[in-house]
Amino acid sequence: MMSTPRLVTVRENVLKHNDVLARSLRGRFRAAGVFAVSLVSSPGTGKTMFLEKTLAALQPHCRVAALVGDLATDNDAARLARTAAPVRQITTGTICHLEAAMVERALEGWNLAELDFLFIENVGNLVCPSSYDLGEELRLVLMSVTEGEDKPLKYPTIFNTADLAIITKMDLAAAVEFDLAAAQRSIQAVRPGMHVLEVSAKTGQGMDAWLQFLQARRAESGGRIAEEFSIPSKAASR
Amino acid sequence: MHELSIAVSMVEMAAEEAARHGGVRVKAIHLKLGPLSGVVKEALLFSYDVACEGTPLAGSRLVVEEMPVVVYCNVCRAERPLASIQYFCCPICDTATPEVRCGKELEVVALEIE
Ligand SMILES: [Zn+2]
Repeated sequence: MMSTPRLVTVRENVLKHNDVLARSLRGRFRAAGVFAVSLVSSPGTGKTMFLEKTLAALQPHCRVAALVGDLATDNDAARLARTAAPVRQITTGTICHLEAAMVERALEGWNLAELDFLFIENVGNLVCPSSYDLGEELRLVLMSVTEGEDKPLKYPTIFNTADLAIITKMDLAAAVEFDLAAAQRSIQAVRPGMHVLEVSAKTGQGMDAWLQFLQARRAESGGRIAEEFSIPSKAASR
Repeated sequence: MHELSIAVSMVEMAAEEAARHGGVRVKAIHLKLGPLSGVVKEALLFSYDVACEGTPLAGSRLVVEEMPVVVYCNVCRAERPLASIQYFCCPICDTATPEVRCGKELEVVALEIE
């Protein structure tokens, strides 16, 4: 005899396991006084060069480290290791995003209390990373001037879940006839009020503003500020 | 594409739940899915069948309830559903608002068992 189907209420977040881990990571980062920043972008945005320049600029003043997610190669990690900051590779294999558990494993053996900043470079992908909290305090989404001003409209979710948008390769803006106002409109359409910074890691354009933004956000979160950096009063907060 | 790993977690979760209910058979999983979850419905439905293969959930259905993105409008002082996730503005007064109240769901709400 067939029994009639019945409904059982469950109410369970499918990514609960990741969310719980991410919350515990966030707690560990805060307790240790390390400000965790994640970076997401498409492949080819110049994310690694941007991070390389950021690490190099911060290193004389702060203790910095980076985790680099990559599908297979370790080119990015090798490149970042030139900055002398501790860098660890997270090889994700066929997985197109980082998860909190991978971050937790990659941190094994590191004393977080000895760090001021931890950068987590996600796999180049604007879709999948948006679902996974990594315990970061600040999520950057990067887009380059060569990708088109409507990129945010194509990937609204990742732009909506990010805290800061960075437009990279500004040195090429004129050559590719990049329309900054149109890019701003696209970003503001999917994330009203989003702070946007324009940088060129190659020429150094906008890097000071970025570093000041970073220091200000860290100070707001209760972290110590490196004395060598002057903090603009309100300019860096959104 | 991360929908397959998400589908696998759902199937595992449902199998555990079914075991807790004394080994009942799961006929369907009911899921609430928001556009800001980062999960694509079609990819998830496709992945679901793959994830079910060879498990106690083989042959079960995934029933997806698509949720709207709901924002809070400071001018109207009300929650409003967005017309498009490419435009975070109040559909009534056109004020821009970043305050998302709903739309990130990726939540199993019920299991149909027998
Ligand atoms: Zn309104």
